[in-house]
Amino acid sequence: MALYRDHGVVLRTSKLGETDRIITFLTRENGKVRAVAKGVRRPGSKFGARLEPTSNVALQLYRGRNLDIVTQAETLDTNRSLREDYALLTHAISMLEAVDQVAQERESDPVMYRMLEGALRTLSSEKSLIISVAFLWKLLSHEGFHPVLTSCARCELEFGDAVEPTTFDFGEGGALCSSCAAGGGRRISADAIVVISALVDARVRAVIDQPPSTEVLLEVEHLGVGALEHHSERRLRSAALY
Amino acid sequence: MQTLIDELGRLPGIGPKSAQRIAYYLLKSPAEDANRLAGSITEAKARVTWCQRCFSIAEGELCAYCQDDRRDSTSLCVVEEPRDIVAIERTHEFNGRYHVLQGAISPIEGIGPEQLRVKELLRRVESEEVKEVILATNPNIEGEATAMYLGRLLTPLGIKVTRLASGLPVGGDLEYADEVTLGRAFEGRREVEA
Ligand SMILES: [Zn+2]
Ligand SMILES: [Zn+2]
Repeated sequence: MALYRDHGVVLRTSKLGETDRIITFLTRENGKVRAVAKGVRRPGSKFGARLEPTSNVALQLYRGRNLDIVTQAETLDTNRSLREDYALLTHAISMLEAVDQVAQERESDPVMYRMLEGALRTLSSEKSLIISVAFLWKLLSHEGFHPVLTSCARCELEFGDAVEPTTFDFGEGGALCSSCAAGGGRRISADAIVVISALVDARVRAVIDQPPSTEVLLEVEHLGVGALEHHSERRLRSAALY
Repeated sequence: MQTLIDELGRLPGIGPKSAQRIAYYLLKSPAEDANRLAGSITEAKARVTWCQRCFSIAEGELCAYCQDDRRDSTSLCVVEEPRDIVAIERTHEFNGRYHVLQGAISPIEGIGPEQLRVKELLRRVESEEVKEVILATNPNIEGEATAMYLGRLLTPLGIKVTRLASGLPVGGDLEYADEVTLGRAFEGRREVEA
């Protein structure tokens, strides 16, 4: 079975030779797949704009030893409006980059595919950066990282009036109280804890309906990027462009 | 031999098999042919630099387009690479000046505006008599990100900022667009909203 079909979101592309590109997909059934799209940089290529990052496509691929070959691609969703706004686009690309870093090649992960495909579609229609921030935290959850937010991640004292969350420590995997925070970590506000709890708890809609201040959203985003970089042990390069 | 194959393999668009084929070809060809090639690489590298004004390829301080007084200094066409200029010149639709960014914004590669000739573009817009900036970046995601970024930066300066019409095949490279299509995209360019 050298030919196979799947659905996939284009994560990234890189030039190959004069007119080809290597396309990295997150597919529904086959995990991360790298495949050559021949002639795609020529105007009038049969692939047209279908193989650009953020697009979701129905694919036919030819299984190769190292790289596969794209033989057909039909658009399911271009998420076009993401390409018309600089902030939406850079955030969408961060989502793609994060997935590229954590997804395994040829290891089926239909849940991750659904999360990404859904988040891109929602980001495109809602045009709210909360969606991309939520995606980072949900991706971390999916990877098995569940931040400890209701008690100190080191001494396990419950947060309350007497014990306040002070910093977020990626190594400890959660918020630290003021006495444990002496060792460092990034400052975290009580508001940010509320937002992160809601996001990892799948209450994104509630956060969109009652959005946090820009300052808090940025804090939650920076912490998400930091946690992801800690988890993948790689820099999220696109995050530098927000 | 392996060193030669490795060096050739690092060139854009040349895979290991082509590198091997070229290396064997060079070894089989007469010594003077190989020397001429080596010489022309050394000479080009020594003589060709970036134009100090538009950052295209130049053999002196300024490129041929920047030196040419007959070109219209009020309209400035922004492209990613010098080879895009060649494609635009073929259309005969444009008689202004160019500005080469030397790349495009690519978030996933971590290439931001500060790695491109954006500061230099702003300085030109402020100091030269530019009335219109035409954004002729590639119709792919990096080119679009770049055009959006520059649009936001330039429209508040009170000049006309336009983007090539969407008739160009999206996903393709500008350098491969035929002159008729590219000419039409030039003619039908649209003003970028602030
Ligand atoms: Zn503690
Ligand atoms: Zn010049």
